[in-house]
Amino acid sequence: MLIFEHSASGRKTKIQSTSGNEMPTDIPASLLRDEKPGLPEVSEMQAVRHYTSLSQKNFSIDTHFYPLGSCTMKHNPRVCNSLAMLPGFLSRHPLAPEKLSQGFMECMYELQEMLCDVTGMAGFSLAPMAGAQGEFAGIAMIRAYHDANGDTERKEILVPDAAHGTNPATATMCGYTVKEISTLANGDVDIDVLKEAVGPQTAGLMLTNPSTLGVFERRIEEIAKIIHDVGGLLYYDGANLNAILGKIRPGDMGFDVIHSNLHKTFSTPHGGGGPGSGAIGVAERLKPFMPMPGVKKIGNEFQWLTEEDCPHSIGRMSAFFGNPGVLLRAYIYMRLLGAEGMQRVGEFATLNANYMMAQLKARGFEAAIPDRYASHEFIITLKKQAKELNVSAMDFAKRLLDLGYHAPTTYFPLLVPECLLIEPTESEAKEMLDGFVEALVQVQQEAETDADMLHNAPYTMPVNRLDEVRAAKQLDLAWSAESKA
Amino acid sequence: MPFVPHTEEEINEMLSVIGIDSIDNLFDEIPAHLKIKGLEKVPAGLNEMSINRLMQQRAAKDGQPLCFIGAGSYDHHIPAAVWQITTRGEYYTAYTPYQAEASQGTLQLTYEFQSMMTALTGMDASNASLYDGATAMAEAVLMAVRSNRKSKSRKILVPRSVNPTYKHVTETIVKHQNIELVDVEIDSTTSKASMDALKAFSGEDITAVVISQPNFFGTLEDVDAITTWAHENNIVVIAVVNPLSLAILKPPGIWGDNGADIAVGDGQPLGAPMSSGGPYYGIMTCKKAFVRQMPGRIVGRTVDQEGREGFVLTLQAREQHIRRSKATSNICTNQGLVVTASTIHMSLLGPEGLKQTALSCHSNTQKLVEKLSAIDGVEIVFDQPRFHEAVIKINKSAADVLAKLAEQNILGGLDLSADYPEMKDCILVCATELRIAEDIEIFATALAAALK
Repeated sequence: MLIFEHSASGRKTKIQSTSGNEMPTDIPASLLRDEKPGLPEVSEMQAVRHYTSLSQKNFSIDTHFYPLGSCTMKHNPRVCNSLAMLPGFLSRHPLAPEKLSQGFMECMYELQEMLCDVTGMAGFSLAPMAGAQGEFAGIAMIRAYHDANGDTERKEILVPDAAHGTNPATATMCGYTVKEISTLANGDVDIDVLKEAVGPQTAGLMLTNPSTLGVFERRIEEIAKIIHDVGGLLYYDGANLNAILGKIRPGDMGFDVIHSNLHKTFSTPHGGGGPGSGAIGVAERLKPFMPMPGVKKIGNEFQWLTEEDCPHSIGRMSAFFGNPGVLLRAYIYMRLLGAEGMQRVGEFATLNANYMMAQLKARGFEAAIPDRYASHEFIITLKKQAKELNVSAMDFAKRLLDLGYHAPTTYFPLLVPECLLIEPTESEAKEMLDGFVEALVQVQQEAETDADMLHNAPYTMPVNRLDEVRAAKQLDLAWSAESKA
Repeated sequence: MPFVPHTEEEINEMLSVIGIDSIDNLFDEIPAHLKIKGLEKVPAGLNEMSINRLMQQRAAKDGQPLCFIGAGSYDHHIPAAVWQITTRGEYYTAYTPYQAEASQGTLQLTYEFQSMMTALTGMDASNASLYDGATAMAEAVLMAVRSNRKSKSRKILVPRSVNPTYKHVTETIVKHQNIELVDVEIDSTTSKASMDALKAFSGEDITAVVISQPNFFGTLEDVDAITTWAHENNIVVIAVVNPLSLAILKPPGIWGDNGADIAVGDGQPLGAPMSSGGPYYGIMTCKKAFVRQMPGRIVGRTVDQEGREGFVLTLQAREQHIRRSKATSNICTNQGLVVTASTIHMSLLGPEGLKQTALSCHSNTQKLVEKLSAIDGVEIVFDQPRFHEAVIKINKSAADVLAKLAEQNILGGLDLSADYPEMKDCILVCATELRIAEDIEIFATALAAALK
């Protein structure tokens, strides 16, 4: 039932506003609204009950194991939320003067410094509001850098075929054409293809390392050299930073610019789709191009960066300062972990992934890249099951929901057929990993004995499989009093 | 070892299943010289007691001043229930609803949100949110360029009465696609977009025009006349609106001859605290004909195999994970949690509560204007119909006076001279429903003293 269906015309809840104000006489009637908007008219209890019961129709980290590959669904400590929501932080106006902002700015400055340290970059900007915006900022900086050098003939961004969809989409938004580089069966970028592809037209390469295939790009330094030798720059998609946190750093591998998804690696909540943060780190030569604003420290005082600090800034990415509520949560998380805790993240995320992969291989599942260690995530391919049992990766995913586990990422990366991309994260205990392995084994047995049953899973959710074709063809995107599904 | 649950025994068991001696073996493929010894700028970890103490000190430092700045971020009341429910783990720690059957809570809520946005704006469709109002304007410009097939110019008219930061952000985002943002002069007595300046473009190939209601100065624009003129000239109309104001102002869906084509704005006034500038969310709504050019996630209502109502992400062929380099936008993560808060906020206020809030903002601002204009050395610059913001001019340096007020823990408004050099010593002030008579009195007294 929709909130609108609990509504009754004329029900007013006066507790949340003043009352008795009349429509103004100093605004011409032609600019005023004459019909009230069709918002729900419900009591506080009706609203609270409705949205509490809706929440119970969600899987979440707090309620379920959520091994969604590439998304780093680790524990979101509650204290990060409660402290980011202290009244002093919530009530700070974004345009408050520096003198009344030192507490907030100190946190942001230290966050920049810590992010530089864990990534090996020379400068960090907290401006981008999500990974895709971080990518945009990074590629826009690469473009601005080439332009500033009078190097305007570079029209192409290289992207491995295993990359996230945001990479090519971002390159297009920055006015570049995209050339895809193929990947070898062992998960490494095909260096021969890369060598063929680069040239004076190359603006840069966007790379995720460890890659979306869940393995470390071993020849990264060679790749960096190939790109740098032709005058291009190297972009690091930080989606998989959790795998190497505290162990190795993108800056040391030769990357010129990186984004970090703070909502993955640094545990800010995913919120059912956002908000995130795509904070962006740069090598020394890209510092003048960083987006605004940022924080600097002069003596004991924190100040906003000005145009003088970033004379070639690519500009502003948001109306104010990115997503400060997210940035505060990431800051608190990093302070809780400290240097040592940070190192353990990469180690235990990797241990958990390799343990699960070993267990699943032992139980007869096929790993996409069986002969190498996994990073913090790994891929199981179900192409054999699809062919022999007519059961797809999607069927496996849906059945897992019935067994109390959120499904891994399915059908990504695109080059592995019928794949499940599994990322357990460091915060899961062994017993949970074992439970998930047993659940997959159970689904495998069901596939062998009753494939039809799997085709219609799940059975225990509020709804079963939804008609997506109808959703796209008979568009119903908003409720109105007349509409009914 | 915070948040890592493994015991020594478990670690050993796991290592033996993998067939290695130590966790370090898992990193054997990484060239040894790349491995770091430790971190230099990350201090030792804190426990929860210590972080509490640290953050409480930091938060207290910033003083919670009495706020009369608006300019895109507004200090409104938020019902207690809003963030209590929003931060339930089931909303707070869920991912983007890729597995629809296990995400009906988020999906249904998003559909309700889209419905509320179309109700407020009078538009046909809404997406599930963009990052903020400024990026929503940028995406609207890109959408207009894709949609307006009659126009080849990629020229967008942006009156100087549109929030200058929104224009700056739009420039950052669209400039790589040969799109030109053209400044349009404002009438210096009213602050409204000059109709004469706009009409100078009649008959030219223009792709879109941006209309802000209210405009950056709080003044109400002649939205009907501009919309009708734009459509007569095959120009797509992009409305930038404050959603709270729509509880009392004419919705963009019925402006002029046929309504705005795309309406965007910042959702902050509907349940998001000021919080240093975010997270807020970008509103993106449009007419039916533009839906397939809309960026970002969209939720649709459908049925399951048994005919039960259910909700899914739809029209995904527009998006980056399917279309890659040909997607409508690179956006992936949006501002879902703030949308959750906003949806609950709108339900708790309802049409009447939002209307009363908007009216309180309006009447408090009118009281503020009256009170400040009575002070020697203060004049009201644009005395026009307005919504909850106004511009005053003072007879001393705005920067000095604002600094003096800040010393008394009062945020006295925004100095406009940085973005509008012709508006020397002009200050943009705002009073929401929370700035009651007592607060206004404190501000007026302090300002009078500062101007003496």
